[in-house]
Amino acid sequence: MLDDKDRIFTNIYGWKGTDVKSAQARGDWHGTKEILKLGHDKIIEIIKESGLRGRGGAGFPSGLKWSFMPKEIKDRPHYLVVNADESEPGTCKDRDIIRHEPHKLIEGCLLAGYAMRSHCAYIYIRGEFYNEALVLQKAIDEAYENNLIGKNASGSGWSFDVFLHRGAGAYICGEETALLESLEGKKGQPRLKPPFPAGVGLYGCPTTVNNVETIAVAPTILKRGAKWFSGLGRENNTGSKLFCISGHVNQPCNVEEEMGIPLRELIEKHAGGVVGGWSNLLAVIPGGSSTPLLTKNVCDTILMDFDSLKNAGTGLGTAGVIVMDKSTDVIKAITKLSHFYKHESCGQCTPCREGTGWMWRMMERLVLGDAELEEIDVLLQVTKQVEGHTICALGDAAAWPIQGLIKNFRPLIEERINNYKNNLSIKTKVAE
Amino acid sequence: MSKTYINTNDQFHFSFSTKAEKTIENILSKYPPQRKISAVMPLLDLAQREAGGWLPISALEAVADKVGLAYMRVLEIASFYTMYNLSPVGKWHLQICGTTPCWLKGSDDILNAIFDTLQIKPNETSKTGDFTLTPVECLGACVNAPILQVNDDFYEDLDYESTKKLLESLLKNKPLKFGSSIGRKSEPETGTTVLLKVKGKKNAG
Amino acid sequence: MIKLTVDEKEIEVEEGCTVLQACEIAGAEVPRFCYHDRLSIAGNCRMCLVEVKPGPPKPQASCALPASNGQIISTNSKMVKDARKGVMEFLLINHPLDCPICDQGGECDLQDQAMSFGASKTRYIENKRAVEEKSMGPLIKTNMTRCIHCTRCVRFSTEVAGVNDLGALGRGENMEITTYLEKSIESELSACVIDLCPVGALTSKPYAFNARPWELTHIETIDVMDGVGSNIRVDTRGNQVLRVLPRLNEEVNEEWISDKTRYAIDGLKNQRLDRPYIRNKHGALEPSDWDTAFNKIKDGLSKVPTNKVASLVGDLVDVESVFSLKLLLNKLGVENLDCRIDGAEIGQDGRSGYIFNSGISGIENADALLIIGSNPRIEAPVLNARIRKRYLKGNFPIGIIGPKSNLTYPYQYLGSNSLDIEKLKNKSNSFHKILLKAENPMIIVGMGALVNDFGSIVLNFLRELSEFFGVVQKGWNGFNVLQTAAGRTGALDIGFTPSKKGLNAKTIFSEGEKGNLSFVWLLGVDSKDVLKLKKPFVVYQGHHGDVGAHIADVILPGAAYTEKSATYVNTEGRPQLARQATYPPGEAKEDWKIIRAFSEYINNKLPFDDLDGLRNKLYEDFPHLSFIDEIKKPRWSKFGTKGKLKSFELNSTINNFYMTCSISRSSETMAMCVDQLNRKKLVAE
Repeated sequence: MLDDKDRIFTNIYGWKGTDVKSAQARGDWHGTKEILKLGHDKIIEIIKESGLRGRGGAGFPSGLKWSFMPKEIKDRPHYLVVNADESEPGTCKDRDIIRHEPHKLIEGCLLAGYAMRSHCAYIYIRGEFYNEALVLQKAIDEAYENNLIGKNASGSGWSFDVFLHRGAGAYICGEETALLESLEGKKGQPRLKPPFPAGVGLYGCPTTVNNVETIAVAPTILKRGAKWFSGLGRENNTGSKLFCISGHVNQPCNVEEEMGIPLRELIEKHAGGVVGGWSNLLAVIPGGSSTPLLTKNVCDTILMDFDSLKNAGTGLGTAGVIVMDKSTDVIKAITKLSHFYKHESCGQCTPCREGTGWMWRMMERLVLGDAELEEIDVLLQVTKQVEGHTICALGDAAAWPIQGLIKNFRPLIEERINNYKNNLSIKTKVAE
Repeated sequence: MSKTYINTNDQFHFSFSTKAEKTIENILSKYPPQRKISAVMPLLDLAQREAGGWLPISALEAVADKVGLAYMRVLEIASFYTMYNLSPVGKWHLQICGTTPCWLKGSDDILNAIFDTLQIKPNETSKTGDFTLTPVECLGACVNAPILQVNDDFYEDLDYESTKKLLESLLKNKPLKFGSSIGRKSEPETGTTVLLKVKGKKNAG
Repeated sequence: MIKLTVDEKEIEVEEGCTVLQACEIAGAEVPRFCYHDRLSIAGNCRMCLVEVKPGPPKPQASCALPASNGQIISTNSKMVKDARKGVMEFLLINHPLDCPICDQGGECDLQDQAMSFGASKTRYIENKRAVEEKSMGPLIKTNMTRCIHCTRCVRFSTEVAGVNDLGALGRGENMEITTYLEKSIESELSACVIDLCPVGALTSKPYAFNARPWELTHIETIDVMDGVGSNIRVDTRGNQVLRVLPRLNEEVNEEWISDKTRYAIDGLKNQRLDRPYIRNKHGALEPSDWDTAFNKIKDGLSKVPTNKVASLVGDLVDVESVFSLKLLLNKLGVENLDCRIDGAEIGQDGRSGYIFNSGISGIENADALLIIGSNPRIEAPVLNARIRKRYLKGNFPIGIIGPKSNLTYPYQYLGSNSLDIEKLKNKSNSFHKILLKAENPMIIVGMGALVNDFGSIVLNFLRELSEFFGVVQKGWNGFNVLQTAAGRTGALDIGFTPSKKGLNAKTIFSEGEKGNLSFVWLLGVDSKDVLKLKKPFVVYQGHHGDVGAHIADVILPGAAYTEKSATYVNTEGRPQLARQATYPPGEAKEDWKIIRAFSEYINNKLPFDDLDGLRNKLYEDFPHLSFIDEIKKPRWSKFGTKGKLKSFELNSTINNFYMTCSISRSSETMAMCVDQLNRKKLVAE
């Protein structure tokens, strides 16, 4: 278990104030100027060494991502955009950072922004986080008042602005290019890549889009050193991570833990265990709704990090752990997700626009069992026709949960279909 | 999201208030001067608040004129994002999350509580016109599931009873304080397992 | 150059090429719906997926992927075939498959590609999506249930037409293409979305349920609704013109045509003159025959001295007819002749003074533009789209002296008075510096600046201005006259203008009104001024019972533009061949034949017996007209008259885009468009 002294987010539960004084008492805005003095490239170097991987879902090495930004500012300004459009079902970690540790995020914006030679950060927060946005805006205002950001930010001579932009209800805006479109005042429809944001991003300028958690952990890494961070977890999967444990656990909660913590330990130690005990576990969605679910036997031993989950055919994603006990109609649980993706498809490209609706409608029938056995394979094929054929990853995200369901629960689906047929024939016979 | 429905019956002429004009200046200052259209979303939000919770066509056009966008483009945007209402909603806009984490924790009970108290189903408005129930997807507070969003505020860790209490408070026009109905943030209900030295909180047994 | 391999074939393509274009160059067929080479890249249909190595292990949208060195592209691997089949299936699950009752049937991209790349049966057993009908005005019929959301129409209207009336509302599977609050698209090019729509979602309303494509005969010809000379294809069944479609011509209209070009054709059925008429002693027109009509003309002509005889030709008349009439008039010694029936003072001294010298595609090479006395959006919508295309590329200041209106691009408004032209000479004038600095400045002069008593002085002034600002320089001639009449440039080329002693059109009308003329031959002249010619004996030769026929003493029924093989010279000075698609109605004849026959009737036979003979003579006299589709660049010459600029307002000569000639005035579809426009104006007021 992660030692309390190694926790980055010491106010994650909001027990203490979010004002700048309280934040400073927790170590925020300490030595910021000195870190800035290290220079742009050194900061990127440290982040690279720490092994930090993006906390938004894809797990791309953060230092490497930052290094894609041009090494000097030419005719176009550089932008840092923070993705606070947290909408992946099962995930609610960024919300806690924003409402309880806003200064970590703002300080992170300055440090990361400076590293990529940006004078400006936009934080795109999902529209539903209204009260969270109020807290964050207040913290930004305070940071300006205390000269922590703004002209000569933290006495560094570097000017740095942070602006908050609220979304208005669209999961797809969590996709980085859709987010940029939305920030530019358009519909949030993902862009074609290439070009990538580091070359052509916000307003056509070099841009890096990072998740809230990625940016918020950066100051602590820079203060405590790459070695400290990379000493946590294991190679390629370093550091600590915020986990969200929801669903059928006795004590649903958010908790910061070391990367690679066994899933069982995570659930039992922090979330009060599975309702009805570990043996009552049916399945776990380990990393937010897009990641294929795991059955109990895998959950017994699986470690919660990028590589371990990838090897198990799923992913760490956003580390939103959704626990389902044996009372769950798992087909319906996944159907709810299919509905989610159908609802959130932007409608731009064919496979996702048409495929998400088709998949959801088939799933609705599978909940009842109102289908032919062959249709399970048709559904599986449809998921494959969507996956990898779309402009952005929403298509993949819609396909994976169903693939996970069919892979792990095919007999259950078959049983449901057979039962439905039997009931139907009984009814018909009775009627006769 | 259901199909784009533009209410044509309740249209009225909208214009921004004097107070809003100041807020608009502030909003526009966040974006580069030649990128005014970036302000379209915050301005739509502002207009919706001023117009009484929804966006009549005249409000869309007022926003379009402010940022220099074609009306069609603003209508596209307003119909793309779920938080913009193109038809009137009740004074209390109930938005119920039914995505898997909330559903696992009993979002159906919340729906029942709403129906039993207000006799409305998803996508309906109460006879008094005060309540509109809109089903929404994941609100991003899953460890505090199930959640009901009322206007801007999240009510978390609800069950049938606490939902009824909440609705009754709304009926009395004295809404309960938003947040968890069991008085927590995102830590385990029975106490934390971590950060044991941070004082002022009881620890898990 | 970039080297890459497509289906094991090594090719070289230019930098900036997409993979899709590279595949085309290699001769590999790549299906697509959303991609269109004149629109921005959307990459949304996912039909053009190909396998690209090196790259991720999934198919890539070739339309959006830049070609790069060493790529190995496969357009027919299993991965690609499966991908296409999958996308095709998705496109079809919510498509109604109502081909038997769909007007797109037989020329539908979706139908064709479903045959080539789709599966033979459906696996989709859920309910299909149905979309409510959308109203898009009198030209575009919608059936949005068929829409595959390729957004070509939205991109066209936004990018090419420059109007923001079309968009996609909602999201996901509920996304719907519609116009803003279901109004019609406010563009003169609106119906091009019908051509662009790859399915039957947007089809032609006037043509609805009229024919199947395989029943139609296609004739490639030239449009006469404006001075552009758009290249069109006329589709006929029997002796009926059923529709007009654009033909590709990069130099002229690219692949766009105006709504008038496309839809005025129902005017070809109405108000037609299908036999000769003569005015009887009670003053009424009565049906007659050619002999009687010719006899009556001969009578009318024989009693008067030639200086009391005049002739005018109208805006839709082809070169061959004008030429024949001119030869006849020459033989008769008539000097009062003119084609500038709007009173424009141009065309008598040098070809460079009345054509669009840079060519329409030359607009793309200009770097500053001054428009004087013209509203190109309604005078020549397709040409206006070219200006907008140039504007979209950036760094293109545009100034306007003349009517103020929405031209689909921003401009500096420099005034509406003729004296504002003079102000351009001031160094302090905001556009002075721009023109001076520009490397390829351009001036477009509309008829609005020239159709008045000072037109020739304006022309002279503009010539001097052009020389001063380098609008005309070595290797660049940006002095452009925008002719609005399809027949005008050709008639000017023939020299259908008065001799020094002769009267011009303005004077012919005024002298005719006073009774100082005895005989006037009108060839297709239908301007309002014709009503002044009540006193002289009037022969009207033309195809519609419009203004000219009203006051005629003898009517000779001619052929409309779809009914003859004829040459038209567009505003650029480009001779183009129109081809016969149908026969003229009843006893009507091609106009040159009528003139030739009359010449024989009065024993003054013209020196040709058939069209070839006519053209040989024509090319002999005017060699440049024999270079079909080519512009023979004229030498820059002195034109215009020196004098002091007088103050007058510059307006466009066209008020009503939809009704500018006898054909469009007879068109019910055009009438509906006018009605629509008026109703909108009423609402706006």
